[in-house]
Amino acid sequence: MNHLLEAWELLIQADTWTGPTGMGARAWEHLLYTVLAVGVSALIALPAGLAVGHFGRGRNLAVLSTGAVRALPTLGVLTLVGLVVGVGLMAPMVALIILAVPSILAGTYSGAESVDPRVVDAARAQGMSRWQILFAVQIPLGLPLIIGGIRLAVLQVVGTAMLAAYVGAGGLGAPLFLGLRTYDYPLLLAASLVVIALAVLLDIAFGTVQRTARRLMRGPA
Amino acid sequence: MRKHTPVWAGLAGLTLALTSCGSDDPMGGGGDDDAGQDGALVVGSQQYYSNTVVAELYAQVLEEAGYEVERDYDIGQREAYMPDLEAGEIDVFPEYTGNLLQYLDEDAEDTGEQEVLEALGETLPEGLTALTPAEAADQDSYTVTPEFAEEHGLESIGDLAEVEEDLTIVANAEFEERPYGPGGASEVYGATVNLMNVEDSGGQLTLNSLLDGDAQLANIYTADPAIEEHDLVVLEDPEEMILPQNMFPLVSSAVDEEAQAALEEVSAALTQEELIALNTSSVDEQASAEDVAETWLVQHELIEPDGSGQEG
Repeated sequence: MNHLLEAWELLIQADTWTGPTGMGARAWEHLLYTVLAVGVSALIALPAGLAVGHFGRGRNLAVLSTGAVRALPTLGVLTLVGLVVGVGLMAPMVALIILAVPSILAGTYSGAESVDPRVVDAARAQGMSRWQILFAVQIPLGLPLIIGGIRLAVLQVVGTAMLAAYVGAGGLGAPLFLGLRTYDYPLLLAASLVVIALAVLLDIAFGTVQRTARRLMRGPA
Repeated sequence: MRKHTPVWAGLAGLTLALTSCGSDDPMGGGGDDDAGQDGALVVGSQQYYSNTVVAELYAQVLEEAGYEVERDYDIGQREAYMPDLEAGEIDVFPEYTGNLLQYLDEDAEDTGEQEVLEALGETLPEGLTALTPAEAADQDSYTVTPEFAEEHGLESIGDLAEVEEDLTIVANAEFEERPYGPGGASEVYGATVNLMNVEDSGGQLTLNSLLDGDAQLANIYTADPAIEEHDLVVLEDPEEMILPQNMFPLVSSAVDEEAQAALEEVSAALTQEELIALNTSSVDEQASAEDVAETWLVQHELIEPDGSGQEG
């Protein structure tokens, strides 16, 4: 408990947050890395997931590969990529994207699939094209699940982005490693608390978006 | 309600299981509870191959001297194993002079080899003894590539003050806080060095960033075979800024004089070259600590080949 109190005292001091290596700058880096990693992952996983969900093909492959990729230990991936591309932001980005893609992919194809086949048939009977069915029926109706996938990915990435500091890229992992290595547990806990706060805030934001999407999809009725 | 009972029971069980694993120190590792019984000497080691090889040297000479030995290797960091040593659950541990002193006394300012030893003797908890250290040391360094050293005529850390370009050293996070970190380099040698944190403790990622030119300097530990392999230049430290890290056996009161004498024979034979050679065979040949230690001890006539018993 003592460490926790000291961590709190550290967090309410202004100089903890200021400066180029202060907690504020680190939290900002951490947030940027999270947004970047999830953004790139979404660019990869959203189209792939929609294709799987829309055509109903390649589903087994998607399920199998996302399962296999999820079993990869991120620190191992990070070290392996780091050995090839060197230190800096590249290696943690690759590792975080590998972490985030499966969640978004799974959410997206589940979302597209979750739409009642009769609704899709009805849309087709109305003469809607494949693109129209995808954008006017499957994506809107599947949106809550799709956003759910992204929400899950954000949570995983915001916690794991600590590892960016392992290869010299900073983020909130920097004060965490410093605290770990110098037996400064209040600092370690303080960095962890900031990550937890970030994670909770991001989750609340995405939860709100998800609920709004669900309400909109239910229609004005 | 009845439907929910199993869930609550499960949760309660889980909570119990979680709390019963807890100890006073949130970061402390669980020690081996069977250790330290039956009069056997328990030899421990850090989770670092070089440390484990030396622990195995200790274990095998003790066995040769007729002691029963239990091995409890790869215990991680000091806050995990020091309580076990103090409680007498571990009896022999390969330690490093400077780092142990820093752990026991954060404010320790001694840096000379002798001063560190004396300070260590004064701060060690009761019941623990530091035996005579070996010449071999595994300590932090300001290391550069041979090309960079030649280009700028670098021999000692002080020569860095003359280098015109921006200098970055790649090291673990704690380097920032150490008296011999960038702050010390500036204060003692007038050299300005930026720090880039790579957290693999002088491992391959650190080495790569030096060789690839992401940084001009790296903190490679001085017993690392990579120094020889890549002809790296460890900059000299004439002002003794860097904490010395000579290896020595830290022993409990269960280690009697005869056992201490056996351990000190190992330290006497363990020169810097020998420690590097030990590390090289564990890294390059991927040999097990047991084999590496046995070969080395036989070479130095500290044990008989094939482990055929020899008393005393």
